[in-house]
Amino acid sequence: MTGPHLLAVAPSPFVTVQDGGRQGWQRFGVSSCGAMDMRALAAANLLVGNPPGAGGLEFAYAAGEWRLNAASCRIAVTGGGFRVRIGERTLPPWRSVTLRRGESLQVDGGVDAVWGYVAVAGGIDLPRQLGSMSTHLRSGIGGLQGRTVQAGDAVPLALADAPGGPEQALPPPEKDAGPLRVVLGPQDDYFWAEAIETFLSAPFTVSPQIDRLGYRLVGPTLDHAKGFNVISDGVVPGCIQVPGDGKPIVLMRDCQPPGGYPKIATLVSADFGRLAQSRPGTILHFRQVGIAEAQLLRRRMVAAMAAMRGELAMINNSVRFRRPVEQTPR
Amino acid sequence: MSEPKDCLPSHAYGAQTYPRFMPVGDAALTVEFGDVILAGIHAEVLALDMAVAAAEVSGVTETAPSYRSLLVCYEPAEISFGALVARLRPLLTRPAQPAQRSPRQWTVPVLYGEPSVTDVDEVAGRLGLSPAELVAMHAGADYVVYFVGAAPGMPMMGGLPTALHLPRRPQPRPRIPVGSVVTAGSQATVISIPMPSGWHILGHTPIRPLDLSLPDPFLFRSGDTVRFRPITRVEYDDLTARADRGETVVLPEAAP
Repeated sequence: MTGPHLLAVAPSPFVTVQDGGRQGWQRFGVSSCGAMDMRALAAANLLVGNPPGAGGLEFAYAAGEWRLNAASCRIAVTGGGFRVRIGERTLPPWRSVTLRRGESLQVDGGVDAVWGYVAVAGGIDLPRQLGSMSTHLRSGIGGLQGRTVQAGDAVPLALADAPGGPEQALPPPEKDAGPLRVVLGPQDDYFWAEAIETFLSAPFTVSPQIDRLGYRLVGPTLDHAKGFNVISDGVVPGCIQVPGDGKPIVLMRDCQPPGGYPKIATLVSADFGRLAQSRPGTILHFRQVGIAEAQLLRRRMVAAMAAMRGELAMINNSVRFRRPVEQTPR
Repeated sequence: MSEPKDCLPSHAYGAQTYPRFMPVGDAALTVEFGDVILAGIHAEVLALDMAVAAAEVSGVTETAPSYRSLLVCYEPAEISFGALVARLRPLLTRPAQPAQRSPRQWTVPVLYGEPSVTDVDEVAGRLGLSPAELVAMHAGADYVVYFVGAAPGMPMMGGLPTALHLPRRPQPRPRIPVGSVVTAGSQATVISIPMPSGWHILGHTPIRPLDLSLPDPFLFRSGDTVRFRPITRVEYDDLTARADRGETVVLPEAAP
């Protein structure tokens, strides 16, 4: 391809285009998709001057190796403590940096997160399908022909040149180790009271079986009182369904509406990204909150995301080039 | 710690009162009309769905009907759970006739038993029918689209004659093609995207339940009625060629 693009030289196996999601099509069986960690995508976009929900590249654990085929391009990497290498320079994440033509970008080394984001100033130049650029792998909708990015793929850029102005940085989000908050239901009445107590008190471990569809958890078995088949009904990302084996699965962004297992509880929106970023082996606890508290938490989350723009801090360009900030994975 | 729950599931106390409103996290709720798949219950779901659309309830971002419930997604910054429930209750007026809507009737052309893999002989054998009897019964029934889901654009239909109910195949096929006309249990559908499936393949249709190149990519809507019409290989090839050229090969009629 001849237009300005980011070339996937050796992308990691799980890179897709994701944006703020595809709303309004669940009634036709279309998943809402979108970034697993919306806050991290919004941060990456803000750092390069994009709207928070603009399409970016989402990767799991590492983004692999890329090369810029455009005059210049401002990018930002967020999501976790990933190591960002531009040619010979190593930079911390959560800041913007400008690539020059032919420069390589490598992102790896995240130890504290699952999902990372690469935003490009001006955005990715791909058509929206059903109002969104987000890739839904199972149905082949959105992104690059509905699939993961492969070696040799060109991700088209809307801008051929990086915008002017100083580079920007954001403080990485503070870690919250508290329990994940849930609203019980909609099918908590399919479980014995003991099972609900266990769910709200026992530790659960994130299993290695995690993807954009769902996260399987390992922990005590949650016994159904009314069997494990419900008549399929509506689900949203964050629903915690319990199939016949009694092991909960948290439904994630690509989950397919509708779902046929009892849903013991639903994660509050404010804690969705935190769960999404929990690596296999992470120990989780759940705490029940009422609907009013859950909605208050969501309003705070929306306010915090809106306030992120105010936390942007300019970086002095001359300092950046003489003394590149080194960061090694902890 | 959480509030202690009742020791028994509500079911154990007897009949549940419907409709009931249940939070699905902080930005969605489910209005449940029953615990079974029944045309009357589904009609109530669709009636509320239409009433919500007509009322333009502020804060509601989308709705999704399924067999016995309506999922209502909303923005809690605009409307709280309690306020939304209060806003939805008056919309629950039960329609005297289930259809104030004008359902669309589709006649879907099907090449039974061809052109690629099908289970007609096997399914007929297991049901104690001849292949011709199986086809006649499948094509002789009236189906209702309960909802569109499980895959984008896929019409999940009720109305399969009881004599054709058969559990899923024990081994799902890794990939079955778009247009496969399939059954499993009491359900019938038309496959909309290539997908793994344990459903029984009875035939293939040239129509596409999902076509993302169209302004309205989804052929079927909840509440549509469907009949299947057996076609010959010649007609199948002709309709397939027309569909490949982007022509519309089937249009809905207003149901009587």
